[in-house]
Amino acid sequence: MSTPSPAPDVEGLLRDLAPRVLGALVRGNGRFEDCEDAVQEAVLAATTQWPAEGVPGNPRGWLTTVAARRLIDQARSDLARREREAATAAEVGPGEVPDTDDTLLLLFLCCHPTLTPASQTALTLRAVGGLTTAEIAGAFLVPEATMAARISRAKQRVRAAGSTFGPPEGPELQERLPVVLHVLYLIFNEGYTASSGDRLDRPDLAHEAIRLTRAVHTQLPEDGEVTGLLALMLLTEARRPARTTASGDLVPLVEQDRTAWDRTLIEEGTALVRTALAGPALGPYLLQAAIAATHADAAKAEETNWAQVHALYLILERIAPNPMVTLNRAIALAETESPEAGLTLLATLDGDDRMARHHRLLSVRAHLLERAGDTQGAYEHYRRAAKATASLAEQRYLQARAARLSGGTSGGRPGPGRRG
Amino acid sequence: MQFLICLHINPAVLDALTDDEKTAVQEGHGKFIETLKESGELLTTQALADPSQSAVVTVRGGKTVVTDGPFLEAKEHLGGFYLVDCEDRERAIELAALIPDAGIEGLGVEVRQVMFACGQLEA
Repeated sequence: MSTPSPAPDVEGLLRDLAPRVLGALVRGNGRFEDCEDAVQEAVLAATTQWPAEGVPGNPRGWLTTVAARRLIDQARSDLARREREAATAAEVGPGEVPDTDDTLLLLFLCCHPTLTPASQTALTLRAVGGLTTAEIAGAFLVPEATMAARISRAKQRVRAAGSTFGPPEGPELQERLPVVLHVLYLIFNEGYTASSGDRLDRPDLAHEAIRLTRAVHTQLPEDGEVTGLLALMLLTEARRPARTTASGDLVPLVEQDRTAWDRTLIEEGTALVRTALAGPALGPYLLQAAIAATHADAAKAEETNWAQVHALYLILERIAPNPMVTLNRAIALAETESPEAGLTLLATLDGDDRMARHHRLLSVRAHLLERAGDTQGAYEHYRRAAKATASLAEQRYLQARAARLSGGTSGGRPGPGRRG
Repeated sequence: MQFLICLHINPAVLDALTDDEKTAVQEGHGKFIETLKESGELLTTQALADPSQSAVVTVRGGKTVVTDGPFLEAKEHLGGFYLVDCEDRERAIELAALIPDAGIEGLGVEVRQVMFACGQLEA
């Protein structure tokens, strides 16, 4: 825990090199879990040594050598069984590191279908992202011991599943790629909207997810869903500067200062969407990216092409039915037809137990009731939504909306997040 | 997601258990802690001293007054808690069901999502 944060350039270099070094070691040795431990130790050594002593001339060779030595030390302690493997490990010298990008192979290993999403994300950040256990624990706001246990358990499972270090091919690739993309999506979301807690966003995880998704896109440039996911992340990230006020309060999409949006990210994301839409397949990530691009295209909220947004949600609802998609389509329908039409569509979600008390359903209903002129109904639903959310920023926003309708104060007891 | 699993205990109910049952409860908690540690879901767990030992503090007009607790007169009181970090609410409920207290007639455990956290947590 006492390891100081390295300079940003050292940090970036380490994150870039860690999966390459790990890939090379695993190619030579198999034994993913041992190699991963060795690389983590090498990264930790570099984190303390490089800022003080300077980055070595061949940083990748340095890391590989240190990691290989750790691997040999490990193997020596269990000599009889591992003699042969140690000899192999020793053969991976600095001069012999193959210049291949194993990011995708490692991602498939870390996102093994037998792992829980929490384990997949943790292992991915460590083995592919090159983050230390302490950094990952900090990003997820859990103690380091908890995260260490989670990672160790994940590696045991990967071993038990008997994973081989090779790329899945053909149908298996198509079956397992969505798991990888889902994990990257989860990492991004965890960074963009903390599932609980005071801070609305944790930028590091969002950037990390974009970096890893870029790496996947480089290797699979033709895949529409990979392109779609990258575009979705970029277009969402572009709104970050406008998403909260200086005091950390949430600003909804229609009220955001669009001049604060990051045009560079929007241009890149929009270009990716255009390219992918010309391709043969239309998947959920690409559709969501197309919706985000439609919003990004409107200089003012009232210029939003809601008919297009609604049409895209309709397709999304058909190919990947999900109550959250229906919820979002109701918002678009309220714009293209009427708030009442949106409310009628929302009513179809009431039968779903999980949705019925979900704060998003309550807050969208409150919003549409307000637009339909039912102030009392809107007030009650904003209040109920405020109680149902576990995000302090969202709660403050919903309480403020309710207060605006009642003309009074927010009424809720100030949470710890309201300090100064 | 982080959840606080609150153990609301009732001394009368616990006292009525046989020695074997009491041992089983203790062992059950030990096993539960191991399960949580192994899965990487345990943040911390703590057991609280008897409520007869608690102090209720009030400040009125700048004066601090301390009286013997508990603050709430009830048959049940907070005996301890597990703070877990798990996939979702369903998993938290699944974990809660593994706690021996959940299976004792007259007791139940309560699952509440954490909304704000601050400060170092080293289990």
